[in-house]
Amino acid sequence: MLLEVKALHGAYGESKVLHGLDFVVEEGGVTALLGANGAGKTTTLRAISGMIKVEGEITFAGKRIDGMATEAIAKLGIAHVPDGRGTFMELTVEENLRLGSYTRNDRAGIAADLAKMFELFPKLKERYHQQAGTLSGGEQQMLAIARALLLRPRLLLLDEPSFGLAPLIVREIFATLDEIVKATKVSILVVEQNASLALAIADRAYLLETGRFVMSGAAEDIRKDETLRRSYLGY
Amino acid sequence: MDGLLHQLISGIASGGIYASVALALVMIYQATHHVNFAQGEMAMFSTYIALTLIQAGVPYWAAFCITVPISFAMGAVIQRVLMEPLAKAPILASVGVFIGLLLMFNSVAGWIFTYTLKPFPTPFGEGKPLFGGFISRHELGSTAITLVVLLSIWAFFRFTRLGLAMRAAAFNPVSSRLVGVPVNKMLALGWGLAASIGAIAGMMVAPVIFLDPNMMAGVLLYAFAGALLGGITNPLGAVIGGFIVGIIENLGGAYVVGTELKLTTALFIIVVVLTVKPAGLFGKTVVSRV
Amino acid sequence: MNPTLSRVFPWLFFAAAAVLPLLFASDYRLFQLTMVVVYAVAVLGLNLLTGYNGQVSLGNGAFYAIGAYTTAILMDKFGVPYWATLPFSALVCAGVGFLIGLPALRLGGMYLALTTFALAVATPQLLKYKLFEGWTGGVQGIVIDKPDAPFGLPLNPDQWLYLFCLLVGGVLFLAASNMVRGRIGRAMRAIRDQPTAAEAMGIDIAMFKTRTFATSALFTGISGSLGAITIQFVAPDAFGVPLSLTFFVGMVVGGGASIAGAIMGALFIQFVPNIAEEVSKAAPGAVYGLILIGFMFLLPGGLASLLRLLNGKRA
Ligand SMILES: Nc1ncnc2c1ncn2[C@@H]1O[C@H](COP(=O)(O)OP(=O)(O)O)[C@@H](O)[C@H]1O
Ligand SMILES: [Mg+2]
Repeated sequence: MLLEVKALHGAYGESKVLHGLDFVVEEGGVTALLGANGAGKTTTLRAISGMIKVEGEITFAGKRIDGMATEAIAKLGIAHVPDGRGTFMELTVEENLRLGSYTRNDRAGIAADLAKMFELFPKLKERYHQQAGTLSGGEQQMLAIARALLLRPRLLLLDEPSFGLAPLIVREIFATLDEIVKATKVSILVVEQNASLALAIADRAYLLETGRFVMSGAAEDIRKDETLRRSYLGY
Repeated sequence: MDGLLHQLISGIASGGIYASVALALVMIYQATHHVNFAQGEMAMFSTYIALTLIQAGVPYWAAFCITVPISFAMGAVIQRVLMEPLAKAPILASVGVFIGLLLMFNSVAGWIFTYTLKPFPTPFGEGKPLFGGFISRHELGSTAITLVVLLSIWAFFRFTRLGLAMRAAAFNPVSSRLVGVPVNKMLALGWGLAASIGAIAGMMVAPVIFLDPNMMAGVLLYAFAGALLGGITNPLGAVIGGFIVGIIENLGGAYVVGTELKLTTALFIIVVVLTVKPAGLFGKTVVSRV
Repeated sequence: MNPTLSRVFPWLFFAAAAVLPLLFASDYRLFQLTMVVVYAVAVLGLNLLTGYNGQVSLGNGAFYAIGAYTTAILMDKFGVPYWATLPFSALVCAGVGFLIGLPALRLGGMYLALTTFALAVATPQLLKYKLFEGWTGGVQGIVIDKPDAPFGLPLNPDQWLYLFCLLVGGVLFLAASNMVRGRIGRAMRAIRDQPTAAEAMGIDIAMFKTRTFATSALFTGISGSLGAITIQFVAPDAFGVPLSLTFFVGMVVGGGASIAGAIMGALFIQFVPNIAEEVSKAAPGAVYGLILIGFMFLLPGGLASLLRLLNGKRA
């Protein structure tokens, strides 16, 4: 088990948002975290990355990470593409990517990974010296994913990679994600409102409603079960 | 005409000092949106440390090289101990601490070193002015040092991994943490760097205006004016602003308002910039934070 | 304290402050207490601006200086009686405050702090400027006469001056406390705490901020006038950065957004430096610095918040 979460509670100040979540992310493959707006998906990812105070246990690769500093969690191998993409707007694409590999010291490995990113996202190569703030939404999403992958993470957290993007671009990005999963050993925990999109590439899915799981199972089962889909996911 | 040229050169020399302090201010401002009112007093205190070392028989450049890291540590420790806990407190709290620091440094300096003016040595020699009398040795030397400092800082931020991480931490702390940048350490480093730049500025200006606990009050004001004029969100702009203010101060002092209103000139620049172009010449707009 | 008591307490306090010192205090003590009243008004003025409205000013000493000089010039050059200079001083300071409040208005709070700090640094230089020398007396300043008690009152000049300042100060405190308790005070605090919500509620933030600035300048200016009459002397170097920072320290120590805090802050800035100065000339600054940092960490609400605590948390 790569990530194991037990009885996770999370809050912003006084207002409690997560009410005891238990879930796992297995090594390799994609886990989807589904749910409507405001369900607590982003908060769950923030909890994993140590961006909010939590109660409960979070174990990553056999190590308790709850209570650790965000930067230390990143260093352990959890890359997080936050909602809103977290672009360093004032910096160039090059600098954004260099920051992705901030925790690494293997020059050769970084260069190789960067070349791989250019293969996956050729647009980034074209825009390499441009200020990141001038990129389109889709390009920023690609930049964010590339930046996260340059950390060479064992676990990649993606917060609504489809948000605000044209369908064509969304399809492109998800195809690339699928490619990444197949080509590397990275595990992905992806948060989506767009359930059909996420289920298409996921192995396992959890459905979140106001801070509690109401359903979970193999993605394939959910895809096939029309009643389940209609009653819970609305498609 | 010769007089004008001379004033211009003097303006560039003192402008370099203002540019340094303005850069120190902007570095902290970019990362925290705080204006460090104690920046000048910290520089003054560093200069006293250098003087103490020199008077104890340490050669000038050795004293210089010891003072800079001491100042760095001083800045970093202040950030860690005093500023970090108040990072999310209202603006009054941080202003209160800055003013507290200003008063502490000023009075502790007065306590230890007294309030009398002290001459401070120049490492560039007291000999005759150079280039037909246009520029004193100290002006030339200190301008060179200032330029070296500014260029090194620029290269550091532009070309090193640490410099990039510091910029990232200032622009976007949340994303920085997510890629593994320890943001609080970067802030402490920024404070350390700012204090070091201030220390060098103090050591360069002290031979000209003499050392006393209130030495940096005027310099800080010009640095404010320079930072705002260039744009407090733009380090390069702030540096240029510092040079412009130095030139305005010298030319204005010599030909327009006279030396008695020099400080008022700085106030005037600040008010005019904030009224007419709050973003400064090269900065991004700062309006709308009600 | 029960509600009735807390309503009459300020009046009892005022009555005691008016009578007891006249009976028991030496002339020097009376002078010190007069200065407490003067500082209390200045700290109150800063408190309206910074404590209640959230606009951090490090340059209110400039308004104090303008008030002091207005009074001194009117008395010295135009023979205006001391009491009649106060309305002029109020008007001049409110006007200047309004003008200075304008530029930094739309900007973040740090810019106001910076601009007012610059104002504090530049004030002595402006006062010394030779074009104004005919009026201001340049570096020498202006000496003014101590007023005698009017209507044949059996009071010596020090006693009368104390009463006079206390009366003026009392009126200003009453006005301020009515203001902050009412609609205006609510708007001032709303702007400080929730500017966006305040704007949505239809409060004209720019207008309120500028008017608060002018009001603060008015209070501080009258305080400067009273200070000039009490000390019988104005000179540029008394009105630099240290004065402005003294008011700032007084406000922080007494407590932001508190009327009673202004009095406690004034007592602090009048008496603590005197005690500290016996250690060394530099000691008051060190004490101020330490106290400021200490209060920001341990008691950000100032002494007034202690008082509230003792009072059972009623604001
Ligand atoms: N920074 C925050 N401060 C306070 N409440 C928040 C914050 N972010 C989110 N919330 C609240 O927490 C709940 C869950 O939000 P979130 O995790 O962002 O939902 P989702 O990502 O599933 O749309 C919502 O009710 C939201 O209003
Ligand atoms: Mg979300």
